[in-house]
Amino acid sequence: MPRVSALDMPDVPMGQLPEHLQLQRTRVVCKADAPIHTEAIQYSGAYASMGVDNSLRLESFCKNFKIEVIRLTEDEMEFDMIGIDASLANAFRRILIAEVPTMAIEKVLMVNNTSVIADEVLAHRLGLIPLNADPRLFEYLLENDSPNERNTIVYKLDVSCRKGGPRMTVKSDQLKWLPNGSELEMEPPNQSAKPKSYTSFSCSQDSMPEFSKKPLGMKHEDIIIAKLGPGQAIELEAHAVKGIGKVHAKWSPVSTAWYRMLPEVVLLKDIKGDDAEKLVKKCPVNVFDIEDLGNGEKKATVSKPRACTLCRECIRGVNEELVELRRVKDHFIFTIESAGALPPEVLFTEAVKILEDKCDRVISELS
Amino acid sequence: MDPQPEPVSYICGDCGAENTLKPGDVIQCRECGYRILYKKRTRRIVQYEAR
Repeated sequence: MPRVSALDMPDVPMGQLPEHLQLQRTRVVCKADAPIHTEAIQYSGAYASMGVDNSLRLESFCKNFKIEVIRLTEDEMEFDMIGIDASLANAFRRILIAEVPTMAIEKVLMVNNTSVIADEVLAHRLGLIPLNADPRLFEYLLENDSPNERNTIVYKLDVSCRKGGPRMTVKSDQLKWLPNGSELEMEPPNQSAKPKSYTSFSCSQDSMPEFSKKPLGMKHEDIIIAKLGPGQAIELEAHAVKGIGKVHAKWSPVSTAWYRMLPEVVLLKDIKGDDAEKLVKKCPVNVFDIEDLGNGEKKATVSKPRACTLCRECIRGVNEELVELRRVKDHFIFTIESAGALPPEVLFTEAVKILEDKCDRVISELS
Repeated sequence: MDPQPEPVSYICGDCGAENTLKPGDVIQCRECGYRILYKKRTRRIVQYEAR
């Protein structure tokens, strides 16, 4: 009898993976207790014995990578990112949250505050207000720089509540943009010195072409800043600068950005009659539907797998051998909620540019 | 001799009325007679970090 290698399996075609390994490689299977096959198989020679090349090639990446926009509104966007590793999808998410710059109030010069809200709390609240300013038109205010028209936006808040009148609410639209820079003067070090302003603008931001059409206001006009009782007043100046979410969350350009893997719901056996009805009822997001087979027969089908939240209600107890919940490892449903400074699609391209810069830096460090 | 001391304005602790007092004046609100007066907040600029 001729000797045959144990790896020589005639029923397994060479050059492609057997079904169960392909499933392990491309899907996370969510069992009732925990998901399995969650790891990504990175090693290029993982399937070498079967004659399958598992290496990642730029060519195949370019061919297979896809982006499909599902929903796009003024400040929210959902899109599918297909054919990418989780590490890269996560890199984009993290860059969106922590490294895409925006403008936010950083310095508050308090002249008067007789309201019940303490100075530091008020300053903190001001910092969190989203500004309607394109950060790409500004430079960072570096440590030794003086604030000028290229790196600082100045706002003024001067409100008071009339004595004998009702209480009033101070909203974000009462913060007024000062295109000419600070109107306050620093205390001179000695009597003879000329008083200096807190900013040194060489020209008015009004006159600059990028701001003359679109004033640098607030994104939302109705954010409550403080409440004033009769006779109370707030007078302050707020200076906004460019920064990133890594330093402080107020500079994060997104409310949040997240992704989830594409759910795949598979019925392993036909589910008919009452069982089908029960299954449809179990799912809180209506993933399943009933198909009428005629002559009173009913069959369960999967109609909206994308809606699956992975609550696992459908596989609790009895159904684990009937329904299988999977997730596609390289298909990400990405959602970006912009805080308002830039539209979400622009934020994503900015995030891509930042990752590109990081890669360039690594390459130049290595060469 | 010292320059004429400036009158300082105070807020009444009871009715909230503004009172200007000079040194030597009786500490008493002109509106309601209340004897606790608060000094107004300075208008000197205080700088805060919005964090």
